[in-house]
Amino acid sequence: MKMPYFPGCSLKTIGEGFEKSAIASAAILDIELEELPRWVCCGTVSSLTTDDLMHHLAPVRNLIRVEDINETQLVTLCSVCYSTLKRSNALVKNDPEKLKTLNQFMYRENDYQGNVKVLHFLELLREMGFYKLKEKVKRPLKGLTLSPYYGCLLVRPKEFGIDDPENPTILQDLVKALGADVIDNPYQLKCCGSYHTVDKPNLVADLGYKILTYARNLGADALVLSCPLCAFNLDNRQREIKRQYPDFIEIPIFYFTQLMALAFGLDEDLGLELNYIDPMPLLKEKLLIDPTSLIKEPKIE
Amino acid sequence: MRGVNLEEKTETEKMVRVYIMGREFEVPATLNIVKAFEYAGYRFIRGIGCRGGYCGACATVYRFKDDYRLNFALACQKAVEDGMYLTILPFVPAEKAKYDLNKLKPRGTVLLELYPEIARCVACNTCTKACPQELEVMDYVQAAIRGDIEEVANLSFDCIQCGLCAMRCPAEIVPYNVGQLARRLYGKYIAPQAKLTYERVEEIHACVFDEELDNYIELAKEDIEQLKKIYVEREIKVG
Amino acid sequence: MSKTIRLDSKDAANFAAKIQERSGESIDMCFQCGECSSACPVSSDMDLMPSTLVRFTQLGLKDELINAKTIWICASCFNCVARCPKGIDIAKVAEALRQELLRKKLDYVEVRDLSMEERQEIPQIAIISNLRKFSR
Repeated sequence: MKMPYFPGCSLKTIGEGFEKSAIASAAILDIELEELPRWVCCGTVSSLTTDDLMHHLAPVRNLIRVEDINETQLVTLCSVCYSTLKRSNALVKNDPEKLKTLNQFMYRENDYQGNVKVLHFLELLREMGFYKLKEKVKRPLKGLTLSPYYGCLLVRPKEFGIDDPENPTILQDLVKALGADVIDNPYQLKCCGSYHTVDKPNLVADLGYKILTYARNLGADALVLSCPLCAFNLDNRQREIKRQYPDFIEIPIFYFTQLMALAFGLDEDLGLELNYIDPMPLLKEKLLIDPTSLIKEPKIE
Repeated sequence: MRGVNLEEKTETEKMVRVYIMGREFEVPATLNIVKAFEYAGYRFIRGIGCRGGYCGACATVYRFKDDYRLNFALACQKAVEDGMYLTILPFVPAEKAKYDLNKLKPRGTVLLELYPEIARCVACNTCTKACPQELEVMDYVQAAIRGDIEEVANLSFDCIQCGLCAMRCPAEIVPYNVGQLARRLYGKYIAPQAKLTYERVEEIHACVFDEELDNYIELAKEDIEQLKKIYVEREIKVG
Repeated sequence: MSKTIRLDSKDAANFAAKIQERSGESIDMCFQCGECSSACPVSSDMDLMPSTLVRFTQLGLKDELINAKTIWICASCFNCVARCPKGIDIAKVAEALRQELLRKKLDYVEVRDLSMEERQEIPQIAIISNLRKFSR
């Protein structure tokens, strides 16, 4: 099955591992993630005022691109892109006047007809059935305990979420299908600080400290998540956390597709090189990775 | 008067009405915007350059009577039409980032590092609409955000740095500066190098050809016919 | 510290109406239960609590609102939205208030102030979202 896929900017840089492992593990499930031609940055955050149309141009332009290739579904990996594309899609589907204005402004494009559905990759997997993932597991992630981290935009606001905003289970279900254990982290839905990482990294460090320490204290070996911004705040920013809280103990972070690739035995496509806290020692300790397989040095600035 | 077609003569005399900075003038229809200004008595000291569609100095905006739409062109390349509202843009204020090309790494993020304001792009496509060279400006700014230097270089290849995109961008980005940096990085670090050229330059530096050249120079003074003969009979390697 | 608020001020009423319109939310529905304030993950860094923000917006207290740190601490996490029993989207109220200043050409964050190191390290998703929320 071919699916048009929207990467978003950061999957081409810090999230390279996310994309690599996603495409490889999707292929095992007979899903071919085909990058949307001529996609544009969706704008990351959704515009929240009623009188702003300009910031909906980019998301709608992407939806036009989907219709241009005669498709009706668009899959994303990044939670932020998912939320923004979905929200703009809903806005124009419910407001024909706004859609008309946007279409007229983008007169060089075909008009958006409102026929595209935006999906998160996790939704696609759930629709397929996690038992299908279980069938493809070549290396059950036994002995690995994970703390699923949802963050914000995967489940909030409710109308645009993929699971229950108070008690989601989709990541838990996925992880269990791969053979790993999960813990119940009360901070699994707590915001990582999001865009504050640019001008208020100490705020992000405070939030990360709580989220990660809870995970470790409750017995998790690592976190699993679905967003490059959360990954940056919870992985790369561990350096800031350690600076502010010397008693902090580092903990590795995985994108959910990296765990899928690991469980499917796709050792060449894990994309772990850019994971800031090196997860290799953990994987070796749990005998989840062939010690002789090629390991590239992680890029730490 | 030999060979003059009477119909052609009428064509040259056809006049159109244009509005130059608000004032109405009648100018011959075959003139371009620059020449129309000069016909009306204006003299350019800025906003003018090669007059050949290459330097980007005369980029201008114009409208038509009773039409709200804004149009863009190089003044030296655009023929006047009846009802044009004209002006000249003497200069586009923009600053190039300071960098030493030799010290830059062709990492994808270097464009965002030197021009972080490209993160403000809203993909509105106004820049593309403003480009007189019909380049896909929005696409190359988006490629710059993604870090795809080669794509930026390819899409911005024909950019003449006229500045219209920068004047129109609501996010206050100067796309042509970003394109220029990408092309420089591409040419220096990414494009396949012409190995034979480098080898030849090294040979020249090593004075491999000096003696031969000196001999030919002497021969040119003494016996130019001999030199010509040597040239005509030279061995040409094919393939 | 006590403060006198004139509730018959036309300016205040206009401001309240403007923010209500721009956010698209029925701010008058808020009965100050405080769920949003307890849900907010960054409320400890704020000067006005989210529920106070809504209250002040109801009263049209423009000066207090535009000078509050609160709107710049909001992370748009929508936890307040998830918890509000009246279904008010407080994140949209915060955005409407930010826009009040940003549309007057204020830059809360100046992108060129980022050091070279920061620009190399911070991914596009963070820079772009920060600029969308905090620059004009």
